[in-house]
Amino acid sequence: MIHLLMLVMPAATLSSQITTPVIIIGAMGLVFGLILAFAAKVFAVKIDPRVEQILSVLPGANCGACSKAGCAGYADAIVHDGAEVNLCAPGGPEAAAAIARIMGKEAGSMDKKVAVIHCSSGGYENTKFRYAYRGIETCLSAVNIAGGPNTCTWGCVGFNDCLRACKFDAITIDECGMRVIDADKCTACGACVKACPRNLIELVPLKNTVYIKCSSQDKGPLAKQSCGSELPCIGCGICSRKCPVQAITIENNLARIDYTKCINCGICATACPTGAILDLLCGARKKAEVIDELCIGCTICAKNCPVEAISGELKQVHKIDKDKCVGCEICVSKCPKQAIKMV
Amino acid sequence: MNTLGQIFVIAVSAIFIQNFVLSRFLGLCPYLGVSKKMDSAFGMGMAVIFVMTMASAITFLVYKYLLVPYNIEYLRTLAFILTIAALVQFVEMVIQKNAPALYKSLGVFLPLITTNCAVLGVAILNVTPLADGSSYNFLLAVLNGFFSGVGFTFVLLAMAGLRMRLELVDLPESMKGMPISLILAGIMALAFYGFMGLKI
Repeated sequence: MIHLLMLVMPAATLSSQITTPVIIIGAMGLVFGLILAFAAKVFAVKIDPRVEQILSVLPGANCGACSKAGCAGYADAIVHDGAEVNLCAPGGPEAAAAIARIMGKEAGSMDKKVAVIHCSSGGYENTKFRYAYRGIETCLSAVNIAGGPNTCTWGCVGFNDCLRACKFDAITIDECGMRVIDADKCTACGACVKACPRNLIELVPLKNTVYIKCSSQDKGPLAKQSCGSELPCIGCGICSRKCPVQAITIENNLARIDYTKCINCGICATACPTGAILDLLCGARKKAEVIDELCIGCTICAKNCPVEAISGELKQVHKIDKDKCVGCEICVSKCPKQAIKMV
Repeated sequence: MNTLGQIFVIAVSAIFIQNFVLSRFLGLCPYLGVSKKMDSAFGMGMAVIFVMTMASAITFLVYKYLLVPYNIEYLRTLAFILTIAALVQFVEMVIQKNAPALYKSLGVFLPLITTNCAVLGVAILNVTPLADGSSYNFLLAVLNGFFSGVGFTFVLLAMAGLRMRLELVDLPESMKGMPISLILAGIMALAFYGFMGLKI
């Protein structure tokens, strides 16, 4: 019936039936469009173009290392609240320099840092357990049950909260079940530092390669008993006394390196009786040597040497005692004539 | 029935009996998508209440004074989507300019609900005749929009609370995440089915 009607309906009626809705809906669209276009002008919020420029040089990981709410929050804080330009850990010095260019400021010095786990335990074979933990497999949950399943109440429980917290895949597990941090991938965003319920992770400047791989504040004998890897810090203080620059302090039976003072000489690692100090450069350090032709005898190197390995009179060619030299390279950086090389 | 009684009936039916998510199955996307954290669920809920109330008012006027006079009620879906999208865009611009604090808490959620089916659903239900042949007037339509938003927020917050607890439960690998959330949503819908028996 309807089909019949459609067929016999004059063309004019059909077109008028279509015209009304098309006009009404079209008019609605036009009016709304005009209102929005008008509103976009009236209610336009001026955004500082520098905010968008900074946002484009930030890594966009929204990791929160700058303590702002995401990269956009940080970009906003730099422009409007005068936040420091070098707070972005994943972006590193490149991002800081780029932001400084946009803001017309100096970038300031920024050492790249890397996360270091201050415990040598936590693997499949080198962890001692008091009880078998069968619960949710996160460190946070494990350490809350009767002080944690492992005998050492300071050490790594090995449920990899840090690995899950890492957004950059910088933490992997080796065949022994130990967490390995890839210094190239690590952006020092600090996510793992926050994730570790036992506060084992610290951000250490990349140039420093000597770490105390223990966080136990137990007294010596107890620390020895409970450590699964048998490399505990017993707080004996030998490293502190051997350190040429007094960078190590003992507090609560635990040695800690002050990385603002540490010259990366590795003497502490060789002195430690329990092997708790790891030195990545052990055996690979070079000794300093004076190039006689270039030395003008200014004595700057001798004054700066932390171990007094350099001797020589004013205006005489200086000599370096290779037995005393610890390979810290401070003299190389201080020599005004580039007369010292590492061999 | 007096107006106050009608308002009470609308409130109870929009929040419990005819809840948008759990008995009409509208707005399931934000219900499952934004219910992972309590604070974002709350922000989303507030944005939905706001947009539903505004949209109910505007679409009711569009229907009554534009679509009905020209006999083109059949175009309401198209007209309502157009109206709601423009409205949300407009509101977003206004609050970004005039209330930056409100924009910070609601801003990210507003674009998500421009063409949300729950918002469109409330607009269409407002102009659909009820079972007894009567239909809402302007005030009741706006209140229906508001209480539907409250109902949505209510179940969204309940879901967020449950899902935050679910995070800590030791589940089989295959059930983690969305599967258990869908089962949870189904059980919640069954529980809300009990409200169908309410006689008001």
